[in-house]
Amino acid sequence: MSDPIVIAEGLHKSFGGAHALRGLDLSVPGGTVCGVLGPNGAGKTTAVRILATLSDPDAGHARIAGYDVVREAGKVRERIGLAGQYAAVDEKLTGRGNLRMFGRLYHLPRRQAHRRADELLDRFGLMDAADRPVAGYSGGMRRRLDLITCLILRPDVLFLDEPTTGLDPRSRGEIWDSIRELVADGTTVLLTTQYLDEADHLADDIAVIDHGQVIATGTPDELKATIGDRLDVTLEDPAAMPEAATVLNTLAGTEPTTTDADRLTVALPATGLRLADIVRKLDHAGVAAADVSLRRPTLDEVFLRLTDHKEPVR
Amino acid sequence: MTALTSPLVRLRWTLTDGLTLVGRELGRLRQEPGQIIAALIFPVIMVVLFGYVFGSAIQVPDGGDYREYLMPGLFAMVTFSAVMGVMTRMATDASRGVMDRFRSMPMARLAVPFGQTGADLLTGLLMLAIMVVAGLLVGWQPHRGLIPTAQAFLLMIVLRYALSWVGVYVGLAVKNDQVADAMVPLGLPFTMLSNAFVPTDGMPGWLRFLADWNPVSTLTAASRELFGNPGAPSGNVAWPLAHPVTTVLLWSAALLVIFVPLSLRAYMRRGR
Ligand SMILES: Nc1ncnc2c1ncn2[C@@H]1O[C@H](COP(=O)(O)OP(=O)(O)OP(=O)(O)O)[C@@H](O)[C@H]1O
Ligand SMILES: [Mg+2]
Repeated sequence: MSDPIVIAEGLHKSFGGAHALRGLDLSVPGGTVCGVLGPNGAGKTTAVRILATLSDPDAGHARIAGYDVVREAGKVRERIGLAGQYAAVDEKLTGRGNLRMFGRLYHLPRRQAHRRADELLDRFGLMDAADRPVAGYSGGMRRRLDLITCLILRPDVLFLDEPTTGLDPRSRGEIWDSIRELVADGTTVLLTTQYLDEADHLADDIAVIDHGQVIATGTPDELKATIGDRLDVTLEDPAAMPEAATVLNTLAGTEPTTTDADRLTVALPATGLRLADIVRKLDHAGVAAADVSLRRPTLDEVFLRLTDHKEPVR
Repeated sequence: MTALTSPLVRLRWTLTDGLTLVGRELGRLRQEPGQIIAALIFPVIMVVLFGYVFGSAIQVPDGGDYREYLMPGLFAMVTFSAVMGVMTRMATDASRGVMDRFRSMPMARLAVPFGQTGADLLTGLLMLAIMVVAGLLVGWQPHRGLIPTAQAFLLMIVLRYALSWVGVYVGLAVKNDQVADAMVPLGLPFTMLSNAFVPTDGMPGWLRFLADWNPVSTLTAASRELFGNPGAPSGNVAWPLAHPVTTVLLWSAALLVIFVPLSLRAYMRRGR
C-alpha cells in the first residue's frame, strides 16, 4: 500500500445551527477504493464536496495528492473528478456534445477533445447513443455519461457520490465494472453509497460515518469480524420460541432477535461456538430446529449495529 | 497539464472557456430546432397579435400608424427577455449539478457567467434580427437615417447585456430550475406596464407613474425617438421619458455596476 493520496483531518462543517461534520478524519491510500457508508444526513455529501473543493470546511484541513483543498484548490481540481449525487450533464446536448464541451473546458485542444470523447464513448458502450440528446437517455446511461465525463483527464482521484442510486441491478453492475476498470488503471476512488453490497463488492476499505464523524474503519471483513458470526435458527414449531430464545440467550450472552414467526437470529461472541454444541443444547431444551446455520454477518448487519446500536430488524 | 497561473494565461482561458460555453448554447439550439422555429414564429405572432388586433382599437398619440408605434415596444420586450432567459439557464445548471461540475474543474471560474451572458448576446442579436424582418414586413421602418438607427440598436444591445447580468444573479440566487420557470411569467406584466403597447396618458395617476419610470418605457421611448417612430415623448413628461437615451445608458451602467460584482461573488462563493 502506498502513501495516502486523500487525507482529511478534523473536518468540521455546519450549516446554520446544524453540524454536518464534526471532526471527520479520513485517509485513503493511492490506488484503492474507499467506501464511505452512512445513514441519510450522516455528512457524506458534505465531506465529498469539501474534498472536491466545492465547499470550504469551517475547521480542519484536507489534502489531495499533497495539495490543500482550500489554499491550492486549483491544483486539486486538476487531479480530481467528481460525479455528484445527480448526473451533472447538459440534457440538451448529445452525449458526444457533452464530452467534447467538457474536454474543451479541461483545456484539451479541439482535435484531442474530440478524439478523447470518441474513445470514452466507445470504451464505455455509449457509442450507439452518442448523437442523441441526453434528455432521451435512460438513468443508467446518464450516470455512465456522468462518470466518463470525470475521466476525460484521467484523474488521480475520483469522487463518486452514490454513483448507482436509483439504478436497476444490471446498470449497477455496469457501473461497478467501469469503476473496477478505473481502479485497474491506478485511479483512487472514494465512493459514498447507501448500498452495503456495493461497498462489499468494490471497496478495499470502508469508513462508516454517522453524525459527521467516522465511527468505524476497516476492510469489509474486519468490520464483519467486529460484530461476530451470526447464528440463524428456524424452528419446526413456532410455539417453541420462548424456550429457543432462552437457550440462545445463555449461549450468546445477548438477546436474540425474532426475524420471522419461526426464526431467530443472534450474534455470537467472537470466541467461536461449534454448531454441534448448539444443536445439542437446543435438543436438551426440547426445541426442534428445522434449520440451524452459522454465518458471517452481512455488512447490513454491521452497519445497522454500528449506526443505531440496535440489532437489525428484518 | 494546464495550470491557471499567470494573469495573462488566466485571461486567455477565461476567453476560450467562455467561448466554449457560448458554443454550448449554439449546440443546444442545434439539438432543438423547435426552439429556433418558435423563435422565428414568436415575433410574427406578436406583430400580428398586437399590430392588428390591438392596433384596430388603440389611438396613437400623434395620429401615426400603430404598427410603427408598436415595433419599438416589441424590440424593448425582446431586450428585456434576456433576464428570464439567462436566469432559467443559470438556475438549471445550478440545480442539475452542472455548475458544481464546472466548479470542480480546473477551468477559468469567470468563464461561466461571462460565457452565459455572451451566449445571450448572440441569441439576442438573432432575435432582434428576426424582429426587424417581421417589422419591415408589416410596414415599420426607421426614418432618421443610418446613424440614429444604429444608435437605437446599439442601445438595445448595451441594455440587454446589462440585463443579462441581472439574470445571472437571480438565477444563482434561486438555484432551482422549477422556481425559475415559475418566475418567467412575471416578465409579462412588467413589460405590459409600460408605454410599449399603449400610451400611458390614459392610465390612472399611480399606474402611469410606474409605467413612465419603467425602464421598458425608457428603452421604448429612446428607440421611438431614434427611429423617428410615432409616440416619442414630448412636452411635460416624466424625467426618464424626457431624456430616454441618457436614462437607458444610466440604467445599463447602474445594472452592470451592481450586478456584475454581485453575480461574480455569488458564483465564486464557496462553502455553501
Ligand atoms: N446546503 C445545506 N444547507 C443546510 N444544511 C445542509 C446543507 N447541506 C447539508 N446539510 C445538512 O447537513 C447534514 C449532512 O448532509 P449530507 O448531505 O452531507 O448528508 P449525506 O450523508 O450525504 O446524506 P444522504 O445519504 O441523504 O445523501 C444533513 O443534516 C443536512 O441536512
Ligand atoms: Mg448525500
